[in-house]
Amino acid sequence: MSEQWVQFVYLASAALFVLSLKWMGQVKTSRRGNWAGTLAMVLAVVGTLAGFDVKGWTWIALAIALGSLIGAPMAIFMPMTAVPQRTALSHAFGGLAAGLVGTAEYYSNAPHIGTFTMGALSTEILLGYLTFTGSLMAFGKLQEILPTRPIVYPGRNLVSLAVLGTAVLLAVYLTIEPGATSLVPILMAAALAFGVLLLLPIGGADMPTVIAILNSYAGLSSAAMGFVMNNKLLIIAGALDGSSGLILSILMCKAMNRSFTNVLFAGVGTVQAGAGAGTSPTGRSVQGYTVEDAATVFDGARLVIVAPGYGMAVAQAQHAVKELSNVLSARGTDVKFAIHPVAGRMPGHMNVLLAEADVPYDQLWEMERVNPLFPEAEVAIVVGANDVTNPAARTKADSPLYGMPILDVDKARTVIFIKRSMNPGFAGIDNELFYLDKTMMVFGDAKKVITGLAAALKQG
Amino acid sequence: MHEISQSDLISNLFVFVLASFLGLELIRGVSRLLHTPLMSLTNAISSIAIVGSLIIAGRQETSLTTVLGTLAIVCSAINAIGGFMITERILRMFKRKDDK
Repeated sequence: MSEQWVQFVYLASAALFVLSLKWMGQVKTSRRGNWAGTLAMVLAVVGTLAGFDVKGWTWIALAIALGSLIGAPMAIFMPMTAVPQRTALSHAFGGLAAGLVGTAEYYSNAPHIGTFTMGALSTEILLGYLTFTGSLMAFGKLQEILPTRPIVYPGRNLVSLAVLGTAVLLAVYLTIEPGATSLVPILMAAALAFGVLLLLPIGGADMPTVIAILNSYAGLSSAAMGFVMNNKLLIIAGALDGSSGLILSILMCKAMNRSFTNVLFAGVGTVQAGAGAGTSPTGRSVQGYTVEDAATVFDGARLVIVAPGYGMAVAQAQHAVKELSNVLSARGTDVKFAIHPVAGRMPGHMNVLLAEADVPYDQLWEMERVNPLFPEAEVAIVVGANDVTNPAARTKADSPLYGMPILDVDKARTVIFIKRSMNPGFAGIDNELFYLDKTMMVFGDAKKVITGLAAALKQG
Repeated sequence: MHEISQSDLISNLFVFVLASFLGLELIRGVSRLLHTPLMSLTNAISSIAIVGSLIIAGRQETSLTTVLGTLAIVCSAINAIGGFMITERILRMFKRKDDK
């Protein structure tokens, strides 16, 4: 195939990628979007293999086969609760691929590399390797191989910035002096180290933002590869990815009323209070209710709103929640789910878990749409969420949560708050909601409590 | 290697900037409901790095570049196959009440 034909195939592929994201916008067309993306990728691979002078087919075939043998089982057998980990892991693979290609490009051409090419190449190497280790760290934290609490030490921001500064300086120097071969391994090492340092102070609840940022980096490293290889398909696909990650991370930051710098460097969530059930970090005590007490408030309820959080995923309570929703519907109660944008460990996490439990998506309501409905709700049930329901975000100007948009569960007639113990939320902040007269705290494992509640309501 | 001229760089920058703006508009249009599958889709799309990996591995210049290129193919193939498959699996779960 001639060079010109390859470009036409690439053009078709790029157009399909654009359509793929466009169709991903609505549930109705989303599967078509995924197929368009798949076709675009097939075109990209076929075009490349047919258009370039490719030798060593055996190795290429083996590599693709091996990749498929690892990728497919991961996609088929992975439980839905592990989607955030899988996403982090695939960002790591994406970053590594970009880094490896960049390294290979450098060593096969050095020192005869032009300034523009070298600039793009150093960017590719820097972004690729830092995405690799950063995402591996994110994976480790999400999989709980590493501690999920932020790991902080004095002067950590200085250390991180020094390492990043070194990496950037090396990248700039190499751009001017591409022949300095010995500096490339140091650039790689600095990028790898910075990825680790970047993720150390990140706590679990900030993962949605950080995963989105890493998504963006993985895309940008592919785009940089496109600049190096003068390949517009790589640039377009990489840019689409980069902007997707950027939008998602901005949305996550807004949903927490925090800035990028605050998420990345503040190490929020370091406070760990180990209070047992019944006592709060401020020493105030609350009364615990039993499942049977809680079941009584559902009598005659027309609207019940469930606010799920990461705790629902941890307790694997999504199926029990669906069962409760079925029981309530059978009693003539309308059930809605209130989804906070940062509930869970990645953007959209709660939607996927509830969809897995067969909750129809028209029952899943975004925060802005559901908030006006809380005053009409007889009962709001909080399952495994905490900070995103804390009214202090609205009223207490000195609270670290102040200004964060929250689910207005406190406006419902009765709030049932299911919690394992009185430990505060991720941000280490006491929740005003616990002390309201309308709140019933039910202590216990979310799955057991919800199942018990469903059983009690079925009998009654 | 194809040396990038200044005009290549300029036209590539045009493509990059326009594609980024297009991406921002497209992603803004994605329902929040679908942010997780969107992420797994863009993950799969970022395996476009396979194009670069194939070109490097296919050149068979030195054993170093071939090994690095082949490893990069493995990484990208995991993302491509896994990414599109998991997106399909997630999207199949989204149903409306009347779909049943």
